[in-house]
Amino acid sequence: MVTYSLVEFGGFVTTLVGGLRALFQKPFRANLILKEMESIGVNSTIIIMLTGSFTGAVLALQSGKAFRLFNAEGLTGAVVALSLLRELGPVMTALMVAARCGSAMAAHIGTMRVTQQIDALEVMAVNPISYLISPRIIAGFVMVPLLSIVFNILGILGAYLISIHLLEINEATFFDKIQAYVKTEDLWNGFMKAACFGVIISVVGCRKGFLTEGGAEGVGKATTDAVVIASVTILVSDYFLTALMF
Amino acid sequence: MKDERPILEIRNLRRTFGEQQVLKGVNLKVPRGQITVIIGGSGCGKSVLLKHIIGLLKPDEGSILLDGKDLVTMEPEPLKEARMRFGMLFQDAALFDSMNVYENIAFPVREHRKMKEGDLANLVKEKLLQVGLPNTEIKYPSELSGGMRKRVGLARAIVLNPEIILYDEPTTGLDPIMSHAIDDLIVATQKALNGTTIIISHDIRATVRIANKVAMLHHGAIVAEGTPEEMMRHANPVVREFLESGITKVPTSAR
Ligand SMILES: Nc1ncnc2c1ncn2[C@@H]1O[C@H](COP(=O)(O)OP(=O)(O)OP(=O)(O)O)[C@@H](O)[C@H]1O
Ligand SMILES: [Mg+2]
Repeated sequence: MVTYSLVEFGGFVTTLVGGLRALFQKPFRANLILKEMESIGVNSTIIIMLTGSFTGAVLALQSGKAFRLFNAEGLTGAVVALSLLRELGPVMTALMVAARCGSAMAAHIGTMRVTQQIDALEVMAVNPISYLISPRIIAGFVMVPLLSIVFNILGILGAYLISIHLLEINEATFFDKIQAYVKTEDLWNGFMKAACFGVIISVVGCRKGFLTEGGAEGVGKATTDAVVIASVTILVSDYFLTALMF
Repeated sequence: MKDERPILEIRNLRRTFGEQQVLKGVNLKVPRGQITVIIGGSGCGKSVLLKHIIGLLKPDEGSILLDGKDLVTMEPEPLKEARMRFGMLFQDAALFDSMNVYENIAFPVREHRKMKEGDLANLVKEKLLQVGLPNTEIKYPSELSGGMRKRVGLARAIVLNPEIILYDEPTTGLDPIMSHAIDDLIVATQKALNGTTIIISHDIRATVRIANKVAMLHHGAIVAEGTPEEMMRHANPVVREFLESGITKVPTSAR
């Protein structure tokens, strides 16, 4: 089990390094990068907005009620904002994108593998790594942080609505406390986490797709594996990133 | 002066998948500027051989010399150069299903040549006309029949006028008239480019009609090679039987 994970991990590192190296080969595929960014954005924005606002709302509801026990409900906004920016924003966004886009990457590339479309690329002297993998790594790196911002904004908005209208917290206190406790460092660290998660999602999805074998069944397996492995890796690496950063 | 050296030479090519020894020492010379047809029973390793020729698979042993240079041990950059000399039609066409027919055929051109969009459109139109599929530009591969996909794959394979074209069963699954048209197209393309053609085929009639050289793959090795006439009179009964079965099969079924 341990050796298996290590071999698997090594494979992902190889894919990452290969993907980044291929980025410096000509031609630079800007339009493919944009296309992948668009695909992640289109696939995920609505779902991120929805999950973001409800996550913020439920956090406000829970922490607001708890804080009320010792008359500190003014802190609700700050606590929600900190949890979102540091943890929940990047992690939840990444998990959603893994489910929506990591799986799609594995399915798309896996289908191309089993129907020999990747062979066709090679035969036409096109490097499949620079064509299929590099643009997705960049797109994940850029888009997951952006989506995590959307998640955070909607989350704080959700928390705001619950705090002001349901918990009847003073609006000025809500924002004052956020300003007092949230530092730019929190923003940046969350941002960096999200970028790492984006790379993880793309690398795992692409590698699983790329190594698909065994027809339609193989594509199905690659897709599930991509989501499971990406999600686990995100949660595990979140611990280590947090330990490093904060 | 005509260059008599073979353009491709395969030496002692061996390849095993797991327990299964598919290629057991293939030796073959492919003459320059001619049509070579490789025949053999289903599952005997013809597609595997073709994939070795173009470098999609690496052999366990042996070498593939393109103009004397070994493709097996070649560095990625020269290998890319070498691949530019090849065009290949896959057995299942292998079209990009996220692109329409136009984009599929334009793909190699966009990757490797600078061409104005108008010229490219004309080129694609011309190639589609050649393969008998005019005005299908905006269709997606999923909307085409197997035979149509194959013809689009053919158009894509020849769009850059490659020097060596590999066909993996170009006519399987097509009706007799279309098969005939594709065979003629293969011959015409070969003449026009003065290129070298390697075909894997089950279609013995076509083989006899268009081949300059026939080689038979059997039990992982080339058991016979020669002109179609030589092959018909070959001492090995397996070879004669294989060829004759193909010739007589068509009239029987047509009756
Ligand atoms: N990637 C692979 N992994 C394992 N075995 C393979 C692989 N590719 C081919 N084979 C095996 O090699 C043998 C030859 O396959 P190949 O596709 O070359 O046959 P073929 O001669 O092209 O047959 P057909 O005329 O039906 O297309 C088959 O038995 C197949 O199972
Ligand atoms: Mg085959």
